[in-house]
Amino acid sequence: MLETIWFVLWGVLWTVYFVLDGFDLGLGMLMPWLARNDGERRVIFNAQGPFWDGNEVWLLTAGGATFAAFPKTYAVMFSSLYTPLMLLLFALILRGISFEMRSKEEASWWRRTWDTCMVVGSFLPALLLGVAFANIFAGLPIDAQGIFHGNLLTLLNPYGLLGGVLFVLLFAVHGSLWLTIKTEGEMRERGARMAARLWPLLLVVAVAFLAYTAFATPLWTNVLARPVFLVFPLAAVAGLIAGRWFMARRAWWKAWGASAVTIAGAVAFGVAGLFPNLLPSRLDPAASLTAFNSASTHLTLSIMLGVALVFVPVVLAYQFWVYRTFSFPISAAEIERSSHAY
Amino acid sequence: MDVLTLSRFQFAVATYFHFLFVPLTLGLSLLVAIMQTIWVRSGDEDYRRMTKFWGKLFLINFAIGVVTGITLEFQFGTNWSRYSTFVGDIFGSLLAIEATAAFFLESTFIAVWFFGWDRLSKRAHLLSVWLVAIASNVSAFWILVANAWMQSPVGFTVRNGRAELTDFVAVITQKFAILEVVHTVGGAYITAGFFVLGISAWHLLRRQHVAFFTKSFRLAAVWALVFSLFEVAQGHMNAEILGTKQPMKLASMESQWETVRGAPMNLVQWPDEKNERNRIEALSVPRALSLLAHYDVNAEVKGLKEVPPADRPPVLPVFLSFRAMVGLAFLFIGLSAWAFLRRREPVRSSPVLLKALVWSIPLPYLANELGWTLAEVGRQPWIVYGLMRTADAVSPISTVQVGVSALGFVLLYTLLGIADIYLLAKVARRGPADEARPEPAPLPAQA
Repeated sequence: MLETIWFVLWGVLWTVYFVLDGFDLGLGMLMPWLARNDGERRVIFNAQGPFWDGNEVWLLTAGGATFAAFPKTYAVMFSSLYTPLMLLLFALILRGISFEMRSKEEASWWRRTWDTCMVVGSFLPALLLGVAFANIFAGLPIDAQGIFHGNLLTLLNPYGLLGGVLFVLLFAVHGSLWLTIKTEGEMRERGARMAARLWPLLLVVAVAFLAYTAFATPLWTNVLARPVFLVFPLAAVAGLIAGRWFMARRAWWKAWGASAVTIAGAVAFGVAGLFPNLLPSRLDPAASLTAFNSASTHLTLSIMLGVALVFVPVVLAYQFWVYRTFSFPISAAEIERSSHAY
Repeated sequence: MDVLTLSRFQFAVATYFHFLFVPLTLGLSLLVAIMQTIWVRSGDEDYRRMTKFWGKLFLINFAIGVVTGITLEFQFGTNWSRYSTFVGDIFGSLLAIEATAAFFLESTFIAVWFFGWDRLSKRAHLLSVWLVAIASNVSAFWILVANAWMQSPVGFTVRNGRAELTDFVAVITQKFAILEVVHTVGGAYITAGFFVLGISAWHLLRRQHVAFFTKSFRLAAVWALVFSLFEVAQGHMNAEILGTKQPMKLASMESQWETVRGAPMNLVQWPDEKNERNRIEALSVPRALSLLAHYDVNAEVKGLKEVPPADRPPVLPVFLSFRAMVGLAFLFIGLSAWAFLRRREPVRSSPVLLKALVWSIPLPYLANELGWTLAEVGRQPWIVYGLMRTADAVSPISTVQVGVSALGFVLLYTLLGIADIYLLAKVARRGPADEARPEPAPLPAQA
């Protein structure tokens, strides 16, 4: 029971991470198309400003929870995905540091360098996390000793790459819609146009991914075995369609919310389809790591559950307050005047 | 080189680098919070400007500390998967608690503080900086408790091929952990104190922003002296507990080869590892080591020969880092005491003091890294003392992967370090001028 609860929590942590940091990554990777001059680029940075750091901690917590609750999974998953994880870390470092560095120096080469870090450092994590999760859904070539028989190219199979493209597009739309909330005037229009233009592409890729998933993974079989889980893919599709509907009505918060539902539904679909596996083995089903054969002791799981039940709601509450306090629209002119902006 | 060597090198690069930024975060967050509190309570505008100036330096430093922390948590999985499997039940949960209970708070409210200057009430804004300071320090607590468990494993039993938790309270309250937390955090506060002292001294030497930097100097001098004194007095307890918990680390620190009763302490000595003896031993204080380690002049002190060479840490780095760290600690007391005596009008104090303070900025950083060298190298060959060897902890991964990532870390961190030091120096030299309100227009000449 505790194992199942932790499996659910594990899924929740990843879901919250993708919903929150997704828009940061989307905004960052689209900066060359959403911002035309230095002032507008600063808007892109500051639209994520009060949120990105707190959002990224969800990734750290998802990693930490894997370590604490399912150490064996953490060990095998992280060592198997060595190269993509290192790339992810380097990308997130460059991206994270670019906030603080970029506008503290006038020289254009300096700013261009950090702008590049922002774009690449946002695009790569989205792509890599998509590739990684798609590969996890399909199973990794790991043996009973937890040794990974493959390399980076093993992961860059068609299904993995499609997963990467899906994440990139999901976050790109999510980020564009965040810009419609955090800005007014021309930048808002640009964000709206971008989201509208990417939407059909996202729809095609999402449908293709869901179809491919039926062939490449046991996800659908697992979900159909417990039909209540159908709510997740349905929510993802409903969010996608509702998002377009709200976009057309210029209801930006609702459109962003729908996009959040799409991301959450997609991640939850994947996680529910995995259960009880956390890391299926493609070589030998018996070598798969599950919530049960890789879990920590009940003592640790209980203590951690207590910590999670106290702190996760508290974190959600103060982060919600931060979003309420800082979601007002910003402008390049205002940033130029302020000494409290990136 | 093999995966083990490369992984150790990579982890060393990542932790040394990370810990260049963490101590300043821990100490300066508190100093900035104190400055802002004084401003809110007294209305003294200088303290508002101090909050902003030192806060800006704090943020530049903070950013690198944050982004380099994530790599450490992930490296346990990528490079040390056998370790992670073995200790996850205990070690993993401590890291997860750190993220959930402290790091979220710190990362969320740092932004609230930075973006909230004109958006929040004075009190709410002050609360945000205190939350950052407290959360950073709570964060340090959990991480150091996790490290202390590697040094002195308690509250567990080995079952199912792994260390399983049996007593959580023992893990988080063991004396070793509390001492490690207190000592590390103390070093961090000294770092922040000398950082503020050094930059203040640089401006005072140039007779600029005198009122502003006098107030900064005064606060930092008191702060640095208190924690320098504290650190030396308290640090003794950390050495003492090694006598029972990690006797081989203590033996390496003192280069003590033979197990003897009433062990002396040599003020001058040099280890000769190959021949299992000391090449030089001079200025011996009889029975001093036994007294310091066990509060008993006749107590037995274990020597390195107690265990086979394969179970000993490398003696020279442990021996040297201990001595250098202790030497620096006494230097910090001397310098901060001198600064303390001149705190009322530091601008009129000897340029020797001011220059020494400027040049001392890197020294606490050095002392911190020496402390970690002592702690981590001194724990070898164990990753969990007495329980699991470092060599048995590494992931079954390819050498090329680790070689490339290790090189990546070195390159990336070098560039980041340069960029960060450049920005810190630039902002520090410019001083608080740009944070000041525009100078009032000169009064029109009287007709």
